[in-house]
Amino acid sequence: MASIAKIARRTFLIGSAAIVGGVAFGAYYVSRPAPNPLQPGEGEAALNPFVLIDQNGVTLFAPRAEMGQGVKTSWAALIAEELDVELDQVRVLHGPAAAAYYNSAFIADGLPGRGYDSGNFKHAIGEMLGHLGKTLNLHGTGGSTSMKDGYKRMRLAGATARETLKQAAANRLGVERGQLTTAAGTVTAPDGTKLSYSDLALEAAKLDPIETELRPKSDWRLIGKSQPRLDMAAKASGTAEFGVDIRLPGMKFASLRMNPRQGGGMKGFDASAADTMPGVEQVVNMGAGVAVVARNTWLAMQALDAIEVDWEDAPYPPETDQVFAKIAEAFDDGPNSVLRDDGDADTLPEGATELAADYQVPYLAHATMEPMNATALLQDGRLTVWCGNQMPTYTQMKCAEEAGLESDQVDIRTTYLGGGFGRRVEFDYAVLATRLAKQMPGTPVQLTWSREEDMRHDMYRPGALARMRGAVKNGQAVLLDGKVAAASPVAQAMKRLADLPAAGPDKVHVEGFFNPPYAIPNFRMAGHLSDIQIPVGFWRSVGNSFNAFFVESFIDEMAHAAGTDPLEFRLDMARREWAPAAGVLEAVKEMSGWSGKTADGTGRGVAMCYSFGTPVAEVIEVTEEDGSIRISNAWIACDVGQAIDPSIIRAQMFGGMAYGLSAACFGEITFADGAAEQGNFPDYDAMRMHTMPNTQVQVLENQAHLGGVGEPGTPPAAPALANALFDLTGKRARRLPLMHDFDLMI
Amino acid sequence: MSTDLRINGKTHQVDLPDDVPLLWVLRDEVGLTGTKFGCGVAACGACTVHIDGEAVRSCQVALSDVWGEVTTIEGLGTPDAMAAIQQAWVEHQVAQCGYCQSGQIMQAASLLAETPAPSDAEIDEAMQGNLCRCGTYPRIRAAIHSAAQKMQEA
Repeated sequence: MASIAKIARRTFLIGSAAIVGGVAFGAYYVSRPAPNPLQPGEGEAALNPFVLIDQNGVTLFAPRAEMGQGVKTSWAALIAEELDVELDQVRVLHGPAAAAYYNSAFIADGLPGRGYDSGNFKHAIGEMLGHLGKTLNLHGTGGSTSMKDGYKRMRLAGATARETLKQAAANRLGVERGQLTTAAGTVTAPDGTKLSYSDLALEAAKLDPIETELRPKSDWRLIGKSQPRLDMAAKASGTAEFGVDIRLPGMKFASLRMNPRQGGGMKGFDASAADTMPGVEQVVNMGAGVAVVARNTWLAMQALDAIEVDWEDAPYPPETDQVFAKIAEAFDDGPNSVLRDDGDADTLPEGATELAADYQVPYLAHATMEPMNATALLQDGRLTVWCGNQMPTYTQMKCAEEAGLESDQVDIRTTYLGGGFGRRVEFDYAVLATRLAKQMPGTPVQLTWSREEDMRHDMYRPGALARMRGAVKNGQAVLLDGKVAAASPVAQAMKRLADLPAAGPDKVHVEGFFNPPYAIPNFRMAGHLSDIQIPVGFWRSVGNSFNAFFVESFIDEMAHAAGTDPLEFRLDMARREWAPAAGVLEAVKEMSGWSGKTADGTGRGVAMCYSFGTPVAEVIEVTEEDGSIRISNAWIACDVGQAIDPSIIRAQMFGGMAYGLSAACFGEITFADGAAEQGNFPDYDAMRMHTMPNTQVQVLENQAHLGGVGEPGTPPAAPALANALFDLTGKRARRLPLMHDFDLMI
Repeated sequence: MSTDLRINGKTHQVDLPDDVPLLWVLRDEVGLTGTKFGCGVAACGACTVHIDGEAVRSCQVALSDVWGEVTTIEGLGTPDAMAAIQQAWVEHQVAQCGYCQSGQIMQAASLLAETPAPSDAEIDEAMQGNLCRCGTYPRIRAAIHSAAQKMQEA
């Protein structure tokens, strides 16, 4: 493992910031510490994996992918809160791939149960099990976990470092540690003597770490207050470095074309026309495709267009209709899970009115603004890969496999991500860049996807089908019986990552389906898995992204069948199941002035989804305008338990909603001859300045546990909009995208 | 073929085929990576730069067609000396992933040069070619209004 100074010099810092002082602070211990990835070089010593102090100041490590969700700032704020440093005094780096940077919250979310029903005991078990993440080398970002993971651990890291620095000062000054105070990176003695953390770091490094209690909330300076984002100035000035911005001496540029029938191979290719094109240096057989190395990326892309390739067929049905017919076959088999089975869903309660509806949603691309890319250099038996990625340790392992190296011979340099949304959980781009680097040892090569290549080679949000049946009586829901069928991102990812079969009930497949926080006496929700081989993956909010549409659209149908206002219908069920869910519904009711009535030419819809620990309700208003429909207003309320940074949370909520609205209105990947028919933004549009609604967000802090914020804004968007369109037009949307059935403003 | 380009006040001599788009000249030849590649078909606006003050999609301007002085995000202002529009972006905490923001800011700067106090409708009109998958639009709008006000007061 490279020393931190080498890493710092190579990747992040100008000049040579010598790291001195070293102490393994206790916060990252479980039963025994994972190796500190910040191993000292000569004349250096590392502190713990999250706090480094040198002569120039304090460096904090936020080893979570900064993909827009503000984690660099929030993570640093958690450490700084207890360490007593100011955010504008510190440098914050991502750091290398390392087991010490495991995500303790990944596993807790996989526990049985509906999530919102976790008592303190179950919550504690989740926290304990989470530390398995270290053993499993789960260094990653996803599942809206970062704050759940870091909330306690990072404050402990800061507090332990602070107390140990104070002890070093106490030893030097001959006073008791308890007499010392700390602020802004300085220890102050009763007589006014001031010692900077930099001055004390070497002595602190020799002490055993001192653990301490965390401060009460009433003493917080940073947590709970909006902080200026640490990445903002760089992102407003074009100086933030994304994967695609890596520039190295002697670097070559490349692009590629892989089989658009994903999973199919390549029979052969003819590159004779490309070989002689300007700037072309090398055409490389990539297995299921070709790459061109050239003087610049555009010349490589031009040459690729001139290559004739004979592709093999796809390992899945080639046309969209056949794809969905295949998915529907999953209903014929027994369910993979029935994670909710309350009462008796087989028997229609006496006097109840029954209704049923089928729904369908398409495959979706992630379409991050920054197309997939990675830069790789194979030199002297070591591989270095630069890319934005959400899973550094898995990326490291997979690149090592491709290069025929051990993981510790591979350095992963994680840059800013130009959007993640779950796409950069995958590692295909890094492995392909490694494959190319193998052909040109000693020369760094940057491999960039065209937009078309990016859109046609995704691990898509699965297309999904639902069959819903319900019953209402006396204005209330008395029965809900649903089945959902789709391919499983978890099963496919397990295969991609470790060639392991998935086992047991697939909770992610039915998240948002089995656990809506509603009391319905007869309530059964079943998940059916399709083994269709179109690649699928984790798309912002994953199972919730389709399940919330199915459940919240059908709940709306039930409300109308019951003759009850759709918001009051939900409120009644939520109050009887989980108060925070009712709280977010009440909040949007008040914010939007919901009266159950709308003016002519205006429609309103509501939806609520509990996901990643956070209930979110959204009211969306649509208006007729010059013959088309505008999404004019939106109101969002979320309950995160404890808001770490309110400004960042608000941005995640309206941004998450925009991502959901984009998909609901315009998003679909369809297939013809085995390939995705959409290739670029003209075929796969999104919310834009003129179509984005005016939005208000309210952040509540009523529930007992900390909830995630990166994804929960997305699931309610599609059903709230579809319900608003029903209110406006009387037409019920049972398939997406909505542009096929409604005249939406574009 | 050698072409002289004026970029951010400096002259650069590039030796490339005529049809290479300005975007790739900036990014891969001159090393100005603040201008981003998003789509290559003028559908996202991430590559927006100014030529003689006019906002253009640099992925659609061939090297031989560059008709004037090019300004990129790096030429608009630096982290230590930001233009008013960039300061407004920081004040309103606009960026999330940040990838599209160079293009958004260049488009907004050209809007404000032509229309010092744009209405919401004028902002819609000028900015609708710039895609943001993070959905930062509400804060972009607020930042444009705020920058307009500050620039008029100045």
